[in-house]
Parts: sequence; structure tokens; C-alpha cells
Amino acid sequence: MWTWFFRLASPPYVYRSAAALTPWFMTVAAIAIACGLIGGLRLAPPDYQQGDAFRIIYVHVPSAYMSLFCYTTMAVAGAIGLIWRIKMAYALAAATAPVGASFTALALVTGSLWGKPMWGTYWAWDPRLTSELILLFLYAGVMSLRPAFEDPARGDRAAALLSIVGVVNVPIIHYSVQWWNSLHQGATIAKIGKSEMPGSMLWPLLTMLLGFMCFYGAVVCIRLRGEVLNRERRSAWVREAIKS
Amino acid sequence: MNFWAMGGYARFVWPCFGLAGLVLAWNVWSARRFHAAARVRVERALLMTDE
Repeated sequence: MWTWFFRLASPPYVYRSAAALTPWFMTVAAIAIACGLIGGLRLAPPDYQQGDAFRIIYVHVPSAYMSLFCYTTMAVAGAIGLIWRIKMAYALAAATAPVGASFTALALVTGSLWGKPMWGTYWAWDPRLTSELILLFLYAGVMSLRPAFEDPARGDRAAALLSIVGVVNVPIIHYSVQWWNSLHQGATIAKIGKSEMPGSMLWPLLTMLLGFMCFYGAVVCIRLRGEVLNRERRSAWVREAIKS
Repeated sequence: MNFWAMGGYARFVWPCFGLAGLVLAWNVWSARRFHAAARVRVERALLMTDE
């Protein structure tokens, strides 16, 4: 039952699988993002309160969602690395960090650009905005902690620990709009029950989400191959793979 | 014309989509560069051991 899981610990398997998956992820991402953009910018009607400014949702929500998804992935990979001592889990965490940080920065900037016409300000020390900013600092911490150690294995463990500790921020970001008074609106997509968004506005958002997820998959596969080469460069299989 | 004006919110909407495009492009570029650099390091190490 667990064979597939432990196969993920094999660097050659990870390297080859990542190479095979990249074009698939990239193709689905390109199609989904193109459809999402057409749906979001052309086909969806303007919001009755926010007008066309609401269209920022089609990049803001997917990037914010990905910022949380990437951090959770990083923390889970770090935990797997610490518990089962799987080096490839650390490689996945290292490959995910810069992608997640870029999505977090994008969520903050697009949120800020959306905030100006709706709230009258680019920035407020609101619980959702502040906790998302803390997430960006956590990403920066994880990315700078890993190379701070001479021994890469210690760097991996330290970064994994920080990402696990920092994962407490993920539910804080998600529930901040419910726990505290916030300028930020509530959840856009209902996980249980019917969404408050009409279908004509919802489908482009879900399509963009799919596109961003597949884009993350493609980029992480490319980065993961680089991580595997860096970590396994003295292995015979890497030399064989490069020669062929 | 109305489409580009975005109901008067063009200066907020278009920069968001432009930035998103830039971030996605940067991700692909930096990931490819990272992978290529790792590959070059392995090739150099191979050359040194061959010599």
C-alpha cells in the first residue's frame, strides 16, 4: 500500500516523473488560465456594487489561495522529511518556497490595488492583510534559513522546523475575517453548500484556480529537477542522466 | 473602448493582471534558470572527473 509513497523517496524516480509531468501541467495551466481570463474579463458581468473593479478577484483570490497552499505543502513536506528522513521531501519544500513567496507577494499587491478603490486606502493593518504579510516574512525566513548552514542537511531540518512552526499562521489567515472585525470580505467560495457567487462569475474563478494550481505543479517540477541535481550531483545515476 | 476602461477602474484592474503575468513569467524563467544552472554544475563536475 505504501510502495508509491516510498517510491517518492527515490531521486531518479522523482527526477524522471517531474520531467514527464511538467509539459502536462504547463498545458493544462495555459488552457485554464486563458479560459479563466476570457471568462473573468469578458464574459462575467460587472458586480452590482464594485463594478468592473471586482475583476481583480480573478488574480487576487487564486494567488492568495496558492500562497496558503504552497506554505501548507512546504510544511507537510518538511514534516515528512523530519519524520521519515526523506531527502526528496526537503527538495520539494525548497522548490516550493520561492513559488509560494511570489504568489504571496502577488496576493498582497493585487489586494492593495483592489483596496484603494473599495476601501479608499492601499493598506490597512487589518487582520487578513497583516497575517498575509507575516506569511511573506515566513517564506523569506524559510528561504534564507536553508542556505545559512554550512551543512545542507542541517539547513533543510531548520527550514522544515520553521515552516512547521509557521503553519499556525495558515488557519489564522483563513479565519481572520471571522475571528476579528475586518475590512476584508468573507470567504469568496463556499466549501460546503452553495456559493454566494453567481455561476457566471464563479466558473472563471474556479478555472483560474485550476490554472494557478497546474502552473504551480509545472514550475515546482522544473525547480525540483534542479534541486535533485544539486543534491545528487555526485551520484552515478545523475552522471548517466546528464551524459545521455 | 468600454472594455479597456473597465468602468473607470482601469488603473487598478490592468496593473493587477499585468503584475500577475509578470509573476508567472518570472516563475517560469527563474525555475528554468535554476534547473539549467544545476545541470551546468553537474556537467562541469563530469568534465573535471574525465580530465
